[in-house]
Amino acid sequence: MVSGAGGGGNDVQWCFSQVKGAIDDDVAEADIISTVEFNHSGELLATGDKGGRVVIFQQETENKSQPQCRSEYNVYSTFQSHEPEFDYLKSLEIEEKINKIRWLPQKNAAQFLLSTNDKTIKLWKISERDKRPEGYNLKEEDGRYRDATTITTLRVPVFRPMDLMVEASPRRVFANAHTYHINSISVNSDNETYLSADDLRINLWHLEITDRSFNIVDIKPANMEELTEVITAAEFHPHQCNTFVYSSSKGTIRLCDMRASALCDKHSKLFEEPEDPSNRSFFSEIISSISDVKFSHNGRYMMTRDYLSVKIWDLNMENRPVETYQVHEYLRSKLCSLYENDCIFDKFECCWNGNDSVVMTGSYNNFFRMLDRTQRRDVTLEASRESCKPRQVLKPRRVCAGGKRKKDEISVDSLDFNKKILHTAWHPQENIIAVATTNNLYIFQEKVN
Amino acid sequence: MINTMECAVDAQSLISISLRKIHNSRTQRGGIKLHKNLLVSYVLRNARQVYMNEKYAEIYRMQQYEEVMTVCNEIQELNPLDLVEDCEEQTADCCGSANESASLCGALLPVSHQAPSVQHLQPSSACSVPLALQSEEVCKAPEPSFYRSCCAEAYPVSNCDFSPVNSMHCNKTTVLDLDTHVVTTVENGYLHQDCCASLQQCCQGAQSPAKKRKLDFGYYVSEIEEVPDFTPCKRAKFEDSSYASTEPLDTSNISNLISIFGSGFSGLVSRQADLEQALNGQFCSKQALASLGAWTRAIVAF
Repeated sequence: MVSGAGGGGNDVQWCFSQVKGAIDDDVAEADIISTVEFNHSGELLATGDKGGRVVIFQQETENKSQPQCRSEYNVYSTFQSHEPEFDYLKSLEIEEKINKIRWLPQKNAAQFLLSTNDKTIKLWKISERDKRPEGYNLKEEDGRYRDATTITTLRVPVFRPMDLMVEASPRRVFANAHTYHINSISVNSDNETYLSADDLRINLWHLEITDRSFNIVDIKPANMEELTEVITAAEFHPHQCNTFVYSSSKGTIRLCDMRASALCDKHSKLFEEPEDPSNRSFFSEIISSISDVKFSHNGRYMMTRDYLSVKIWDLNMENRPVETYQVHEYLRSKLCSLYENDCIFDKFECCWNGNDSVVMTGSYNNFFRMLDRTQRRDVTLEASRESCKPRQVLKPRRVCAGGKRKKDEISVDSLDFNKKILHTAWHPQENIIAVATTNNLYIFQEKVN
Repeated sequence: MINTMECAVDAQSLISISLRKIHNSRTQRGGIKLHKNLLVSYVLRNARQVYMNEKYAEIYRMQQYEEVMTVCNEIQELNPLDLVEDCEEQTADCCGSANESASLCGALLPVSHQAPSVQHLQPSSACSVPLALQSEEVCKAPEPSFYRSCCAEAYPVSNCDFSPVNSMHCNKTTVLDLDTHVVTTVENGYLHQDCCASLQQCCQGAQSPAKKRKLDFGYYVSEIEEVPDFTPCKRAKFEDSSYASTEPLDTSNISNLISIFGSGFSGLVSRQADLEQALNGQFCSKQALASLGAWTRAIVAF
C-alpha cells in the first residue's frame, strides 16, 4: 500500500506506530540519539547515538493478504561504529558521537552506509548471512581439524540454511582529513564520491580511496582572529553531480559548481535574505545561523533551518526565500533565557516528504511541526509516551504565546526545553516518519482507513 | 543599532554569562567548539556595544548637565579674579574644613597635608578655568556630578558608579595623586582622604590583575591596539593544530580573568562597593571593556 503521492494533498492524519528505546526518564548520555536516516528504499532506518553506536531497523515485508496490517520496523543490526579517541598531539578527546549517517544507494545484496563522528568517517557494509557451509572433509563441524589418516571417503561441502545473521563490517576508514569538527557528509549522485564538511573546510572523497581527499572549500582566514563565519552544513545536489551547497553561521547559503575550479571558494550562487533591522537583538547572529540544509527530491528547491524558522529557497532566486515558515516564533521573546541555558545553540534538522509537498522539523517539548507547502497549512504534533496506543491518532497541539490560555493549549512557560526533537526523517516514498526525542525513536504512520 | 529593551545592566550580565560559557567550553569533552564560541563572541560584542553606548550616553548627559550648571553658576558669580587668586594660593579652607565639604578644587588642589604637586593634575583644558572660578561656590554647594568631567582628565582617575539603573548622578569620584599616592574620594559631596598605605595596597591590587592579563593576552592576542596601557605582547601565531590545542591555554589565568571580569562588573553595579573593591573593579572594568575587542577577537583564535 503505497500512497504514491507520499503525502500532501488531502489532510493526512498521523498515528502512532512504534516507539524504540528505554522508557526510563533517566536518560543515559550514550543513548541520546544524534542522527536518524532512512535508506533510499525506506526499508531500512538507521540511528546513531552519542555512544558511537549505530542501530538499524528493517521494515517487515508487508503481508499482502492483510493490507491493514502495518509494516513494523524491527532491529536489524546493531554495531559500535566509533569509539572515543584521544589525540595525544593536541591533548584532545575526540567524541564518539555519531554526527551523521548517510546511506549509499544499493548496488548488490549488501547495504552500505557512511557514518561519521567529529573527525573520522567510516564506510560500513551490512550484509546478511543465512547459509553456512557444512560437510568439510578436513574439519569437524566445530572447526577442529580431523586427523587425515582417519578420512576414508570424500564429500562435497554444501550450504545449509541457518538463522539469519546480519553482519556489519567496516570496509573503509577515512581519517585525518579534518582539523575541525565534521558536521556533514553527503553522497554524490555519481555514487563514487562524497563530501565531508567541517567548520572551515569541505573535502571531496572517493569511496574507494582512503588515504587522500581533495579540499574543495576552505574558508579559513589567514588570521584566525578575522574569522566571522563557519560552515554549518553541506549537501550534494540530488541529480547534478557537480553541484553542492553549504550553509554558514551567518545565514547564507552558497551553491558551488565543481566544474568552475578545483577550489570552490568562489560560489556560483549566494542565497541570502537581508536581515530585518527591527528584529535586531543581542542574539541576532545566533538565531540566523543555519543548522541544516536539504535539497528537495526534485532538485529545484532547498530548505534551510535556522533557530526560529524554516525557509524554502528556489535555486533560481538568490535574494530571498520563496517560502518562510515560523517554527516557534513565541520563543523570540525568550532568547535571553534560551541563551543562558544553551538551548539557543540547539541544531534542529529538517526534512522533505517524498514528493516535496510537506516539510517537517522539530521543536521543544517533544513537539514537531509539519508544514504543508501546497495547502499552506501547518500542524504541531507531539511525540509522547502518552499517545502510544497502537494506531492512536495524534492530536494537533497548540502553544499559547500570550494572553489567555485556551483549553488544550500549552503556555510557553510550561514548555519543557529539555525535551527537544532535533532529528527527524521521512520515508522516501510513504507517509512514515521517524522522530527522535532525546533517547527514544518514534515511528508514526499515516492513518489508514 | 541593536534594538533591544534590555538596558545596560542586562548587557553586563550577558557579558559575564558569555565569558563563563567560553571558559566552560575549554573543559568540554570533544574540544572547543568553534561554531559555538564564535556565536558567543557575537553576543559578547553586541552586549559590549550596548554597554558602551549607554556609558557614553551617560557621560555625555553628565557633561551637558555640568556645562549647564557651570553657566548658571557663572551668572550668579562673584568677582572672578578673587577666586582665581584664592585657588592659586592653595587655600584649603573649604576643603580642609571639618565639614569636608566637597570641592573639585579641593580634590585637585592640595588638601591640608596633601602635597602641592596635586596641582599638576589639574587639567589644562578649558574646563579648568571655570572650575577655578567655581571653587568657593562649589565648596558651599557640593554637586557630586559636577566633578566628573574634570576628574576624568586626571590619570588614573577611576570613574564613579556607572550604574545606569540608578540616578544619573555620580556618588563617588576618586582621584589619585601620582606623587603622593593619596587617593581622594568624593562621596555624596563629601571629601574623604584615604591613607597612603591603603592606597598602595589598592594600587598593587589593581596592578596584579593587569599583570595577569598581560600574560593572558600574550597567549591569545596578536593585536592589542585597544589596550594602550599594556606594553605590546609577543604576537601569538596560530596554526591549524593550535586551534584545537589546549596546552598553551592556562586555566588559572583564564579563571582569574573571568573573576576579574566578574568583579569588575559587580564593582560597577554595586553601589555599596567599598573603595578597594571599587578601585579594583573600576580599574579592571575600564581595562576589561577597553580590551574586550581584543578579547572578543581572541576567542575565535581558539
